[in-house]
Amino acid sequence: MITVENLTKSFQGVNALNGVTLDVEAGTVLGVVGPSGAGKSTLARCVALLERPDSGAIRVDGTDITALDGSALRAARRQIGVVPQGDSLLRQRTAAGNIALPLESAGVPGPQRRSRVGELLDLVGLTDKAAAYPDQLSGGQRQRIAVARALAANPSVLLADEPTSALDPETTGSVLTVLDRARAELGVTVLVVTHDMGVVRKICDDVAVLEQGRVVEHGKVLDLVSDAGSRTSSALLPAVDLNPINESSYDRVADVVLVGFAAVGALLPEAAHRFGVELNIVGGGLTRLGETPVARFRLGLNGERSDSALEWIGEAGGAVQRSLKGPQGVAA
Amino acid sequence: MRSATPWPDVVSYLVEATGETLYMVGVSTVIATAFGVPLGVWLQLTAKGGLRPNPAVHRVLGFITDLGRSMPFIVLLVALTSVTRLIVGGSIGSTAVIVPLAVGAIPFVGRLVQNILSEVHVTVVEAAVTTGASTLRIVRSVLIRESLPALINAIGVTVIALIGYSAMAGVIGGGGLGDLAIREGYQRFNDRILWSTVAWLAVLTTLIQLAFTRAARASDRRRHASV
Repeated sequence: MITVENLTKSFQGVNALNGVTLDVEAGTVLGVVGPSGAGKSTLARCVALLERPDSGAIRVDGTDITALDGSALRAARRQIGVVPQGDSLLRQRTAAGNIALPLESAGVPGPQRRSRVGELLDLVGLTDKAAAYPDQLSGGQRQRIAVARALAANPSVLLADEPTSALDPETTGSVLTVLDRARAELGVTVLVVTHDMGVVRKICDDVAVLEQGRVVEHGKVLDLVSDAGSRTSSALLPAVDLNPINESSYDRVADVVLVGFAAVGALLPEAAHRFGVELNIVGGGLTRLGETPVARFRLGLNGERSDSALEWIGEAGGAVQRSLKGPQGVAA
Repeated sequence: MRSATPWPDVVSYLVEATGETLYMVGVSTVIATAFGVPLGVWLQLTAKGGLRPNPAVHRVLGFITDLGRSMPFIVLLVALTSVTRLIVGGSIGSTAVIVPLAVGAIPFVGRLVQNILSEVHVTVVEAAVTTGASTLRIVRSVLIRESLPALINAIGVTVIALIGYSAMAGVIGGGGLGDLAIREGYQRFNDRILWSTVAWLAVLTTLIQLAFTRAARASDRRRHASV
């Protein structure tokens, strides 16, 4: 749907983007994360067509939109709905008036404009605030109106730049819900730039990690969490505490990542049963990525067929990340 | 000692002079706004970080604007005589004063407008840019509409300043309140006229200021949250 190819951008000799390549499938949510100064904002501004990259391409449906001018540029901008970082609403216009702005730019006539604004207010759950001015809305409500405005002209891509910074956790949830609903109900492709892994945890299908202007990790969130070395897994999965006393009484100790209801619920008891081993969870925990339960457990196993049990867990869809013998095994 | 001017005569002097002042100031304000607002918009658009940054154009515009603002009004009044004659067909009287008043006020309004427009937050402007709005639409719906209260106040400030400038209109026979105070009051030692004109000017400017403040407030749609 939207692809970013080898994008570079420098400011006064400092490279903000060093060949960024990304691919967002239609109807999915990609989270672009990374530390401050990684180039997230620059990438967002390039995709929002507020900044022209030095080289590379940004394609929406295959068409490069980085080199456009005039009315073609304005038309391309309408394809990309932008939720800018920070307060961006017109303070002299009502919530409804703000949402109408892109429709005015697109030349949509009055009656259609009003009905479209009504739909969007409904989508973001603020129908009762149609006539309110931004100063009368809370930060979260203003941000939801900004999302509604970004969606007004039916863009195929929605770009949200730090949509939850400066919001408290509860309000953050309501804004993320709105972004998720935009994808689910309008089928829009969402690109969300954020420093908050919580955003990735809650709504992202894919994640791209940016560091020093480069993509150092890019893939499906649920795939990356199974990869022990990935930044995504260490940021999103429950920590496994080192607990030598607990671990010393087992033949085998291993870390395992389980993804999905079936794996989390049934895999471990089944393994214990099949191979007749004692299998205990000695560390780690359970979390949720979007709707999917994901666990990272440290397992302690006792029994002759412990290795086979671990192997079977791996084949059955669990990711065994660290398999090590217990102290007794080392001694023997 | 000469007897003081009777009050009814003072009033009729004041009424006539007020009419002249309002005429000169009113028309020149309209002209100054008509040219000054676009000048301010142009200055802001071409400024660094504006929607159409253009250092060369910005510098030239800025230079002309500041040149106009640095000119003492009394100099402008006489320097523009030939231009005035070309435009209004004569170089004396109230109508003739309008030309230098307007010319003097255009750069004044331009700078005020640019300063006000530059206060509109860049995030708000960029958000409008990302909606695919044309520059003209952004100028109208975002820059000007968002700062309308401040712009109305700025026009109010301009009117008061022009009332001040118009006091020099007497030099080319423009009449008005300032001229009345100087010629009839000060130069002819008529204290009653002098001080009644001064008092009336104070009342008049206060009323005008009040009217513009009210209009600015009425145009301000922000309703501060009263949680």
